[in-house]
Amino acid sequence: MSETILSVDGLNMHFPIGGGFFGKPVDVVRAVDNVSFSVRRRETFGIVGESGSGKTTLGRCLMRVLTPSSGRMMLNRRNRPETNLADCGKAELRDVWKDMRMVFQDPQASLNPRLRVLDIVGQSLQKTEGLRGRELADRVSGLLRKVGLRPEFLMRYPNAFSGGQRQRLGIARALATNPELIIADEAVSALDVSIQAQILNLMQDLQDQYDLTYIFIAHDLAVVEHICDRIAVMYLGQIVELADRQELFSRPKHPYTRALLDAVPVPDPRRRRRKVQQVKAPVGAVTGTGCRFASRCPQAGDICRNTPPPVRQVNGANVLCHFAGQI
Amino acid sequence: MVEIRGLKTHFATHDGVVKAVDGVDLDIYANRTLCILGESGCGKSIMARSVLRIVDAPGKIVDGSIVYRPDDRRPVDLAALRPGSRQLRQIRGQDIAMIFQEPMSSLGPITKIGKQIVETILLHRNVTKTEAKEQAIELLDKVGIPRPAERYEAYPFELSGGMRQRAMIAMALSCRPKLLIADEPTTALDVTTQAQILDLIAELKEELNMAVLLITHDLGVVAEVGEDVAVMYMGKIVEKADVFSIFERPQHPYTQALMESVPKLGMERRQRLPAIRGMVPHPLARPTGCAFRTRCDRFMPGTCDRSEPEMMTRDQSQVACFLHSREVADV
Repeated sequence: MSETILSVDGLNMHFPIGGGFFGKPVDVVRAVDNVSFSVRRRETFGIVGESGSGKTTLGRCLMRVLTPSSGRMMLNRRNRPETNLADCGKAELRDVWKDMRMVFQDPQASLNPRLRVLDIVGQSLQKTEGLRGRELADRVSGLLRKVGLRPEFLMRYPNAFSGGQRQRLGIARALATNPELIIADEAVSALDVSIQAQILNLMQDLQDQYDLTYIFIAHDLAVVEHICDRIAVMYLGQIVELADRQELFSRPKHPYTRALLDAVPVPDPRRRRRKVQQVKAPVGAVTGTGCRFASRCPQAGDICRNTPPPVRQVNGANVLCHFAGQI
Repeated sequence: MVEIRGLKTHFATHDGVVKAVDGVDLDIYANRTLCILGESGCGKSIMARSVLRIVDAPGKIVDGSIVYRPDDRRPVDLAALRPGSRQLRQIRGQDIAMIFQEPMSSLGPITKIGKQIVETILLHRNVTKTEAKEQAIELLDKVGIPRPAERYEAYPFELSGGMRQRAMIAMALSCRPKLLIADEPTTALDVTTQAQILDLIAELKEELNMAVLLITHDLGVVAEVGEDVAVMYMGKIVEKADVFSIFERPQHPYTQALMESVPKLGMERRQRLPAIRGMVPHPLARPTGCAFRTRCDRFMPGTCDRSEPEMMTRDQSQVACFLHSREVADV
């Protein structure tokens, strides 16, 4: 087994809901609730879930765009001492951000329309290595070539590019500082299928070439199955199942994972999905006790509604369910 | 029920004429779902909007006909009606309804959803206000909104994305349309919600004997609910067939490439995806001859770049590609 690059332990991100007496918080939204996992070097670690499951918040905590309420996030870089991302200072973060980069969903919104490609991709090189002029241009051209763009594009503005090309620019920007870990938040969701395939292939090639580790946040299960080695399924802030790709997709153990997989339309008209049962949407805020999925779960028993489920190990998968392995 | 012939919707811009829809022939049948499949920018949305005559300026239908044949009245050519004419407004909403990808853009933000549905009902049907309200609540219930009487009083922003989409479907269905046009109705939704919405549309189709024109780029959705499929590329239909033929024997290189480029559940990991190379050309720089030739692996110099391929019949499919023309097949 290869070494661990990132290990997250008991991570919480709670947002207070204001509106009480003198703005006193009346409750908290537990967007990320006691989440633990570790990511191995050179693997692609997938995080899937529906909107509102907390997957993006988790990604933002890892990048320390948000400061988590509690928990540890140990980043283990090459030739550096271990860093706890949860209590990094500003200066330390700046250093961390060289090795840990992010690719965003919307390539339109994540590229400054008033900057040229040279500045967008080269910004971090100007800041960290002090590169200027010819040298900078050469490095950026090199980066563009790596992601399959022509070096002539150097002086253009983002609006001259198509969606797929913009996503390539986003990847080039992430690669600029030779990172070890890239967090991709819905990086291919906004792209057309033919372009999506190109970007997925590119990401795999770059991973092989530069020994990259990816944390791939997405909602498209087919894409996640295609690219990820291990996958965490999130539901309302918690990881309900964490398993190897094969185990998760061939033998899903959590009822929520199963419901997700059942809902994916299969591109084969002879294998039409049986009708999904009408699962009621969760009503209002989730109460503290019991399993969070209980109100939508077809197998829920009394214990599910009253006692929070433990993490159970079944065939190497971690499953947050009272009945894991039994159903 | 609807017969589209030679439809051309063009946009005259400063830089030239964008042929968003360029000669489309389609037939829509009652109680069948026709899926239009294509990447963004291929003209599928404009085509659908042309049917309802809601293409924004400078877009204009420059040629072709859209003949709508109601059971109880004489056929009308929607393309020939004056925009804003009484007849057209009558058909819109009552006979043909549309649901959009982003429900927020078609629901008024400051009116309660119940009222919005009631307005539509009152406009098109001869009922009293109380009856209209009853019908609206019944509709909300039918599309699977829990506690419909309470939600009747809700503003759109108070509902989640899936609930809003349902509210919009309820509004679209309020006049029991003969044809429902759904433009990427589930693209912004989660898979579990998507499954419910697709089931809902299929159910209502049966119940109301409705025709559905579904626009999507998701092959999974097509396989799930489609009966007939038309694949569009750069404003033209490149292949038309029933859903089984499209998935099992795709004839056009573009259809084949689309099928191959999506990751499928259960596929071996790390296989490289056969991506279509390059990207959709700029609409003003449309390649001569077959528009797909610049990205096609089976491009034949001297043939594909000379003239545009005609639609030809091959097995169960109709396909516009020279690979299937007799002269080429003989060589």
